Amino acid sequence: MTLNSELETRNFLIETRALVKAYGLLPVLRKLDLGITRGEFVALLGPNGSGKSTLLRLLAGLSKPTAGQILIGGWTLPDEAAAVRAQIGMVSHKVLLYENLSARENLRFFARLYNLPPAGVDARLAELLEQVGLSRRAADPVRTFSRGMQQRLSIARALLHNPDILLLDEPYTGLDVDASSVLDGLLRDAHAGGRTILMTTHQLDSAAALAGRVVILSRGGIGYDAPTAGLDGARLSAIYTETTSMVSAR
Amino acid sequence: MKTPFLKAVLSIVRKDVQIELRSRELVSSMGLFALLSILIFSFALELDRSARQEAISGVLWVTVVFASILGLNRSLAMERDQGNLDAMLLAPIDRVAIFFGKLAGNLVFALVVGLLLLPIMTILYNQNLLQPWLLVVLLLGTFGFATVGTLLAMMTVQTRARESLLPIVMMPVALPVLLAAVRASTNILTETPIADWIAWPQILVVVDIIYLVACYLLFEYVIEE
Repeated sequence: MTLNSELETRNFLIETRALVKAYGLLPVLRKLDLGITRGEFVALLGPNGSGKSTLLRLLAGLSKPTAGQILIGGWTLPDEAAAVRAQIGMVSHKVLLYENLSARENLRFFARLYNLPPAGVDARLAELLEQVGLSRRAADPVRTFSRGMQQRLSIARALLHNPDILLLDEPYTGLDVDASSVLDGLLRDAHAGGRTILMTTHQLDSAAALAGRVVILSRGGIGYDAPTAGLDGARLSAIYTETTSMVSAR
Repeated sequence: MKTPFLKAVLSIVRKDVQIELRSRELVSSMGLFALLSILIFSFALELDRSARQEAISGVLWVTVVFASILGLNRSLAMERDQGNLDAMLLAPIDRVAIFFGKLAGNLVFALVVGLLLLPIMTILYNQNLLQPWLLVVLLLGTFGFATVGTLLAMMTVQTRARESLLPIVMMPVALPVLLAAVRASTNILTETPIADWIAWPQILVVVDIIYLVACYLLFEYVIEE
């Protein structure tokens, strides 16, 4: 039984049913059925324009579907978006930080927006800054940070309210090898903490190493969906090429 | 589960003020533009006293409006360029809180520039602009501009031609505010009896309320993809 055919029988934390998203007359997602169970780490792959970022924005409540259903933790989007947003942390290829504020000031601002209890905020910020290795730079403006440091701080921002779900939209963009391996470690920790992670990436090695399941989107639909067990970067690359070229040849 | 509305609004205002105190990008660029404008006008309009009284309110409002547009563009571009608007939209807050937070910040910065202009113009134009009613009109007019400007800047900042598009879109929409503010200011400066011009500040109040309600209702649609 394929993962997609299990949609009706498994209890998913994230679920899309016949999800359609179109920009004007241009369809990006075409009746997409996808289910992700609690604690899964899913790598979402696909060529540019295949709908990966669009899907993540829909799941985060940043965009409304044209048709179909999105269910997250039993809540429906976009109707119950506020409840869903409290369960989601998102990291984008843009860092979503204010460059003129320090690392601590950025996190404090978002802590207020997420209504974290003021008594525990200082401890939470210190814990997160320690976790992402930025304790010593906490008072420095974000504009003085390298791209890797900004991305680590972005992860701290996403984890601030201890969300159940992490959505990562090409988090490796612009990172060097060292920064990428630091990010790998942070994502492993986040997953080990029981979070459900959905990550779009073009880094097939990282996808094979970190994720438990790979979904390849192509032309707005699922071209491939299988566990990563037994897959390495090279094998995944071959599957990716086969899947995406098969669809583009149609 | 939602963050209280007022807390979200105040957090956004506080963040904007904190960034401005750190960078001084907005008020300094708006202030410099305003200062240069009134200097140029003061050299260009070497008029007699009565003609100056007629012209000075126009100078004041043209300067305030274009300085505000400059500030609005930068304020909203800061949210768009690094994706910070998305970060705020991801938080469990009422989305209209973002509008009110940005509006309050933009209003504060525009008022700071407007209040700095009054004593400088008083000296340059040898005309007392530090009058209580003029302050009231400045507050009402700036509020109207900031309200409609925040909403429109949220739309135009997504376009490539945002710097030029905002004034083109904003001026026709904000015309009632500009008209009422200029007429009220001219009457105050020419010391016309209050009964003859009190309708203009009243019109400003009504227009401000209409803009505020319209922007409140439209904001969710504006930020939607």
